[in-house]
Parts: sequence; structure tokens; C-alpha cells
Amino acid sequence: MTDPAALLQIERLAVRFGTARGPVQAVEDVSLEVLAGECVAVVGESGSGKTQLLLACLGLLAQNGRASGSVRFEGSELLGASEAALNRVRGTGIGLLSQDPASSLTPHLRIETQLVELLLDRGLASTAEARQLAIAGLREVEIAEPEARLRQYPHELSGGMRQRVALAMALMGRPRLLLADEPTTALDVSVQARILELLARVRDRGLALLIITHDLGVVAGLADRVAVMYAGRIVEHAPVEQLFAAPSHPYTAALLAAVPRLHGGDASGRLAGIEGDPPRPGETPPGCAFAPRCKRATTRCTQTRPELRTLPGASDAVACHWPLSAEVELA
Amino acid sequence: MAETVLGLAAPRRAGLWSDAWSRLRRSRAAWIAALVLAALVLASLVGPSLSAYAVDQVDWTQAALASPPSLDTGHWFGTDANGRDLFVRVWIGTRVSLLVAVLATIVSVVIGVGWGATAGYHGGRLDDWMMRFVDVLYALPYMFFVIILTVVFGRSLVLIFLAIGAVGWLTMARIVRGQSLALRQREFVEAAIALGLPAHTIIFRHVVPNVLGTVIVYATLTVPQVILFESFLSFLGLGVQEPLTSLGRLVAEGALEMETSPWLLLIPSAVLGTILLCLNFLGDGLRDALDPRERR
Repeated sequence: MTDPAALLQIERLAVRFGTARGPVQAVEDVSLEVLAGECVAVVGESGSGKTQLLLACLGLLAQNGRASGSVRFEGSELLGASEAALNRVRGTGIGLLSQDPASSLTPHLRIETQLVELLLDRGLASTAEARQLAIAGLREVEIAEPEARLRQYPHELSGGMRQRVALAMALMGRPRLLLADEPTTALDVSVQARILELLARVRDRGLALLIITHDLGVVAGLADRVAVMYAGRIVEHAPVEQLFAAPSHPYTAALLAAVPRLHGGDASGRLAGIEGDPPRPGETPPGCAFAPRCKRATTRCTQTRPELRTLPGASDAVACHWPLSAEVELA
Repeated sequence: MAETVLGLAAPRRAGLWSDAWSRLRRSRAAWIAALVLAALVLASLVGPSLSAYAVDQVDWTQAALASPPSLDTGHWFGTDANGRDLFVRVWIGTRVSLLVAVLATIVSVVIGVGWGATAGYHGGRLDDWMMRFVDVLYALPYMFFVIILTVVFGRSLVLIFLAIGAVGWLTMARIVRGQSLALRQREFVEAAIALGLPAHTIIFRHVVPNVLGTVIVYATLTVPQVILFESFLSFLGLGVQEPLTSLGRLVAEGALEMETSPWLLLIPSAVLGTILLCLNFLGDGLRDALDPRERR
């Protein structure tokens, strides 16, 4: 499982929040690794714990949150590391692109101030150099007239432009890994496409990406590997082509079936939704969390939780007693 | 330049502050208040040198004890019971009152913002300890605190700044702490943390400027409170000492002579009232100008 070449290694990560109504387990037993230059996507619906997974990696959990397990970046442990140690990795080792472009830029600071801040703070560049790097950074994300943009405030830019500025900001420290938390959710479709193009180009230049999303379109276009999360656990982990061609977990299959298509699909023209709701955090059933919504569920599913395991002869790992692609398991 | 096309103003390249500034200028009450205040400040600076008398100078001429305002005698605002020129004393008093108010407010802003932002940004146990400390100071009767200070260090103007400032920052710290706590959850602060910026940079560059609007407004509203508090201290004999004076002292002295020499009460009261009114208008105007919800 552990690959020495891994840039980011997440092992048995669990995230728990202490709340007034008792502890809530947001992420449980998640292991994942991102190799240098690779793009890994984590897919799941709201509340599946995917954002907390990402925040835990950077030590950004809310104060009542506790992470256990291990998160190593280039071999050094990040969980429980001091703020100073984390700050050495943040920005220059791992960049973060967050969900909402409108609010991820500080409203009262000029674009220039925000872009050069990291470089100046770490003493990576002189003021003049930093300015040039900021201009270059904005060009990289295809912003026209970067010199003029530097003097503007975030509210003077459009949403798409703000997200590109946020991307430029995340890339200013030349990180080796970029964490992107639903980078396209808050944007309209044409802007989404541009951001995805930019992310693809960034990846082609050798930057590793860990993308959190609930948009399977994003996954298809960008990712090498996909981890599907459900109720805080990874239920399926597969190379992207295989996941789309032959999903093993009933949940993944249901997700794919719920994607609207232009041709084919149900003759009624209706989208195939997934019946029921995901379990609320802290109320996960003892067996498979998906069992209450699964058509294939048996008593075994409701009683014992399936572990994530690699199927014989397959390249993906799945946490299901009755995986779709291996009917042999029925025995 | 096509400044107006079809009557639409070209988009202004305005930041938060220039935006607020233009709003403030459009608020007539605040603008007039600012002008009146400026005039009063100017008067307090040059007023005393216009008169032939000094602040502690007694006019020994027969008619000069508690004489009413008159242009002939050179006592434009009259004299007090000791024959001292009220014109000079009012402006000196204004000067002292404003000085105490402004400096004490600065002291309270500096300590309050630093303390509150640090507590609110870090949250958790540090926040608990810092705010409990504030609660403890709140619980101390602060007259008692000021009296102890004056007893230990002797009476001086500087001590009054410090004493009032040292008490005034508590509310400021609470306000700033509350706002910082909310700002800490905002995505741009998270983005700044994710960039690996150190806490003090985030606090002072990303968090504090966002609370400055509230701070400025609260500070403008603190100034009149401080003026009143200083008057109160002076009234008790703990504040400014003779022959120096302050508006509070002048009002207190004037109140004693109210029936025989009403100008001794009316003139300083009018100046004090005008200052307080102007500051409140200005604070109101600033609050409107800096309120983010009003923006667009």
C-alpha cells in the first residue's frame, strides 16, 4: 500500500468532531495516496466527509475537530505537526484552491498585495521580483492585462476571474501538490470549462492534484484515479476509465446512472435518482452505510461492514459484499 | 473619456476607504459635524493666543470679578468669580478635553484591537483566558482603579490618558473579538492560512482591516464618553488640576455660580454639547459610510 514515491500519503485517517450532541465521525479509515504529477479525485455527495478529508491534510479543521491516523507529505508527518512546521508546507508544498472564488480573496486588499504576500513573507523574492512573478502568475491563468488587474480589488473582478486569481494565488508558492475543494461548483458552465482546462494544464506541467468534487464530469476530464466516498469512508477506489466503464460498488453505479445524458438512458426521460438519504454523520448503521438504499443489500450488508479490498484480477478496490463486477463473490 | 454613457457613471476604481469617504461626504449631517469640529479644534489651538489674558491670569480691575461677556473689557466670554478670562479658559479647557479624549481613545483602540483580534482569531483556550481577564477587569469598579492609580503615581494629565484608556479598551476588545471570531470562519482567512502565512500577518493584514469600520465608529462614540468621564473625574478633583482646566471642570464650576453668573455655565456647556453632538453625528455618518451592507 505504501509507495515511497508518493507525494501525499493518507493512512487510516479519521476525523471526529466533538459536538454538543456527542462526537460525530466525519471521516473514517481513509487511506489514499497521491503520486507526484498525478491527479486523484475524491467524489461523494454533500456530507460524505470529502471536504473534511482535505482540510485535515492541511491542519485546517475547525477547533472541535480531531484527526487521527497519518498524513505524510514528502515523508513528513502533517497530523499533529506544529503550526510552524505546517506553515513551511502550506503554500510552497501544498496549495489550496477553495470552493468559492468570491470569498477566498480578502476583500480589502489589492490583487497584487495578496499575490505577493506569500513570496515576501517567506523572503522568496524581492518586492520588484514578486511583482513580476505576480504578473507572470496571472498570465499563466490567462488573465488579460495582468498589470491593470494587480491594482484592482476582488470585487471589481468577475466570478470566473476571481477563481483564476485564486488559482494563481495558490500557485504563487510553486507547490508540488494542489488541493482543490470543489473548484468549479460556484461557477457557471463556461467558466467551469476554463478552470478545468487550466487545472489540466497545471497538471500537465507536473503538479499533482487532489480534487474534491461531486461532479463526475470534472472527474472524467481530469483525474487519473478516483476514490468514491460515502458516509465518511472510501467505498470504491479505481482508475478513472474502469470506474466509468465498470463500477463495482452499487453506490458508484447509482451515481453514474444519475448523471443526465443526451442520448439513451431511461425511455421515460426521467433521471435515475438514488432513493433515500445518506445517513447523517454520527448515525451510520453498523453494517454497510449504503445498505438502506441499496437494491442488492442482504442481511449480511446490514450487519457487517465490508472492508475495502482489491478484487481478484481487478485493479480497483471496493468495499462491498456483493460487488457488481465480480459476480463470483456471490458464492 | 466616456465618463457617462447613457447617464451611467463609469465604474469607479474605488477601494473600501475611498468609497466610504465619498459616502461620508454625501452625508450632510456628518459633513457639517466634521466641519464644526474642525472649527472648534482650530479655535482651541489659536483661541487662547487671541486674547490678552493668560489661563491663570487674574484681572485685578474692580469690575472684572464675575463680569458678564463684553467686548469692551476684552473678556469676550466674561470672567469667572476669580476674575480669570473665560474665553481663554474655555479654549484651553476644550484643548485639554479633546486631548484627553483623543489620546485615551487611541490607547483604548490600540490595546482593544490588538487584544480582541488576537483572542478572536486564535479562539479556543487562549480566547477563554484573554476574555476572562477582560471580564475580571470589567468587574473591578473602575473609579476605584483610577483612584488607586492617581494615589500611586500622582496626578498628571498623562495618567488620565492611561487610566481612561486602560479602562476603555475592554469594550473595544469585546467588540473586535466578536467580529474576529466571525471573520476567522471566512474563506479568505482560511485561504490565507492555507497559504502558510503566520498568524500575526493574518490577524493584522486580513482580519483587523475588516473590523476597522466598526472600530472607527465605536472610537468616535467613545470620544464623547471619555470627555464626560474626564469631566466626572475632574469634578471629583481627580482629574485635571488648577490652573489648568477642562470643559468638565468649567461646567462644574459654572454650575456653582449658575444663578449669579449664568454665562459661566452656559458657554462651556454649549461648547461641550456641540462637541458631543458633532462627534455623535460624525460617528453615525461613519457607521453608515463604512457599513458593508450599504455598499451597493
